[in-house]
Amino acid sequence: MKKLLSLAMAATLAFSVAACGSSDNTANNDSAAPEASTEDTTGDSSAAEDSSAAEDGSTAAAEGGVLKIGGIGPITGGAAVYGVAVMNAANMAVDEINAAGGINGMQVEFQFEDDEHDAEKSINAYNTLKDWGMQMLMGTVTSTPCTAVVNESAKDNMFHLTPSGSAVESIAQPNAFRVCFSDPNQGVASAQYIGENDIATKVAVIYDSSDVYSSGIYEKFAAEAANQGIEIVAQGAFTADNKTDFSQQLQAAKDAGAELVFLPIYYTEASIILKQAAGMNFEPIFFGCDGLDGLLAVENFDTSLAEGVMLLTPFAADAEDELTQKFVSAYKEAYGEIPNQFAADAYDAIYIIKAAAEQAGITADMSASDMCEAMKAAMTQVTVDGLTGEGITWDAEGEPSKSPKAVKITDGVYTAM
Amino acid sequence: MKKLSKTAKSSLITYGIVVVAYLVCEILMKTGHMSSLMKGILVPLCIYAILAVSLNLTVGILGELSLGHAGFMCVGAFAGAVFSKCTAEIITVPGLRFVLALLIGIVCAGICGILIGIPVLRLKGDYLAIVTLAFGEIIKNLVNAIYFGIDKNGMHFSLKDSMSLGMEPDGVIIIKGAQGITGTPTDSNFTIGTILLLITLFIVIHLVHSRTGRAIMAIRDNRIAAESIGINITKYKILAFSVSAALAGAAGVLYAHNLSTLTALPKNFGYNMSIMILVFVVLGGIGSIRGSMIAAVVLTLLPELLRALNEYRMLIYAIVLIVIMIFTWSPGGIALRERYLPAKLFHKREKEVQ
Repeated sequence: MKKLLSLAMAATLAFSVAACGSSDNTANNDSAAPEASTEDTTGDSSAAEDSSAAEDGSTAAAEGGVLKIGGIGPITGGAAVYGVAVMNAANMAVDEINAAGGINGMQVEFQFEDDEHDAEKSINAYNTLKDWGMQMLMGTVTSTPCTAVVNESAKDNMFHLTPSGSAVESIAQPNAFRVCFSDPNQGVASAQYIGENDIATKVAVIYDSSDVYSSGIYEKFAAEAANQGIEIVAQGAFTADNKTDFSQQLQAAKDAGAELVFLPIYYTEASIILKQAAGMNFEPIFFGCDGLDGLLAVENFDTSLAEGVMLLTPFAADAEDELTQKFVSAYKEAYGEIPNQFAADAYDAIYIIKAAAEQAGITADMSASDMCEAMKAAMTQVTVDGLTGEGITWDAEGEPSKSPKAVKITDGVYTAM
Repeated sequence: MKKLSKTAKSSLITYGIVVVAYLVCEILMKTGHMSSLMKGILVPLCIYAILAVSLNLTVGILGELSLGHAGFMCVGAFAGAVFSKCTAEIITVPGLRFVLALLIGIVCAGICGILIGIPVLRLKGDYLAIVTLAFGEIIKNLVNAIYFGIDKNGMHFSLKDSMSLGMEPDGVIIIKGAQGITGTPTDSNFTIGTILLLITLFIVIHLVHSRTGRAIMAIRDNRIAAESIGINITKYKILAFSVSAALAGAAGVLYAHNLSTLTALPKNFGYNMSIMILVFVVLGGIGSIRGSMIAAVVLTLLPELLRALNEYRMLIYAIVLIVIMIFTWSPGGIALRERYLPAKLFHKREKEVQ
């Protein structure tokens, strides 16, 4: 009898494996070559569901086919705020593009999978998207999972554009490009900005040593600081497990006579640091990177404390230009909150894919691998004006070339310097 | 036909399940009927099954609570990955390199297990839970702080940052603090995973059914009685615990060689992961080797198969956990089960559990 139970369990196991295998029979295209005839019909119906403006686009879809773009990022767990922003903004951009007739006449279908900010889950998400028939990847949102996924996408030769994976290794493969700055790039740019504008010579750094983003920026900042004549007088590291009290690090910075405190960290911790610094009458210049974007939106945070904080960020939601204004108001209307930099990166990413795909003459019947080859060439040729920079270009390494905007918080709003 | 003993039959069935599942997967893969998702998740399934089986040795057979199993996995993962990355150029045969990395990972995790066991397992009570909980967190934070590099002058080591390593320009930084290890050769595959799982099962099952295993279970059931018949309690406890830790190290090595990046995040080597493995063991049936293996596979697959439900999948996952718990452990669930299912099915399992 016991044997029977075991056999039944083994059968269930085998069945569950077989079930998820067989359901993907048609979509199981390792090279992701779409079967144009079947994909067309499914694409049409879902496009009609997805976008209310698809009515005029549906005829185009029938002619041009469907381009399937996948997205990966955390939409549950601790880093969910970034993934959700990327997902929302990308959906918005896709709807806009579809309403305007799509890319080369192709309607775009976008699917986003959760990775919980975990490398292993990210691979699962990538494979799920592959089963769905993804032809290009817009992801992943966070660095570590991106580093894991990029190796898989390189094996499949799938075009890979990450909106915000900023670690150097995240785009180590030739098929990968990114929208945001790399961590070293931000560290170097910050040191150069401080040095060239003579903002300060005695600098203290408070950074999260357990975070890839933060420690990555810090290292390059420290290396470049020496060239810029900046002296790092104090360095206070904290980890993800103790990020509620920074008085010790601030005291060390104060005692060392720091004129400027460099904060290559995220805004949640920065808001606490600002509060505690004000509490101990320590008033240096605070200087941060794009992680500080969102500081003014922290709940229960007295924005007057953020007065005079400088940050290098590619995107500020209060910027005056038309593109940003349009994006921010549309995003606010759709999702009820002010978009952060991640949303802007994702919105740009979809439009970058559009620009490169048009340059490369991508058609829906190409295999993912052929698309990747064409996109790789096209990415180095296109110039994109986006939310996160004007005239962005890419080199073959995948790094974007754009200049960071330095902004200063005055009277509770970001103003360009 | 030779009459097999009950225990031998039971363990043969356990091996049989693994082998059958392996063959089914291989056939599906060869014939192209397996989705990419399944192909990608096969190795993690082996990893979690090994972890669950090895933790069951501590929790089910030894009767001690360990909340730091992910910590031992972390030790094994980093030890193995450092070795593989250092020797990636020297040893070019992936199989040999992996086996050596595996041995190193197992030994490192086993030594950690012994070091923890020597003071803690002499005590009565739940001290092991407290210490292993701390151990897991310490290891995670330690690994996040280590900078380790190699250049022509030899090895460099720092706890501060990568600049203080003082490396020559041609040197390679192996562990880069929080950024972990990237570029580990991805040597593991499903076949290796299955073989490791079979070896794990073999070790645990044979340990349980040996003279040593009976001594360990005697300690679990009645410490004083075991002591009175001359069983060296500390020795057997440390033995079981360090074997369990070493096997977790093996799973760690497999994990490190599955992805090309390895970072110690709370998600993969933190407290949550340890609890996750404990959940596999508890829901599979404490003391039931086969049960914990099946629970690990089912509970790892479930969130992936429910992806279509988006954020509701976590909700459903939680509900499934509660339902399994009620079904397996609550008196009402057991009564229900006995009434509607053939009693014989569960009869022996309960005896195992007791």
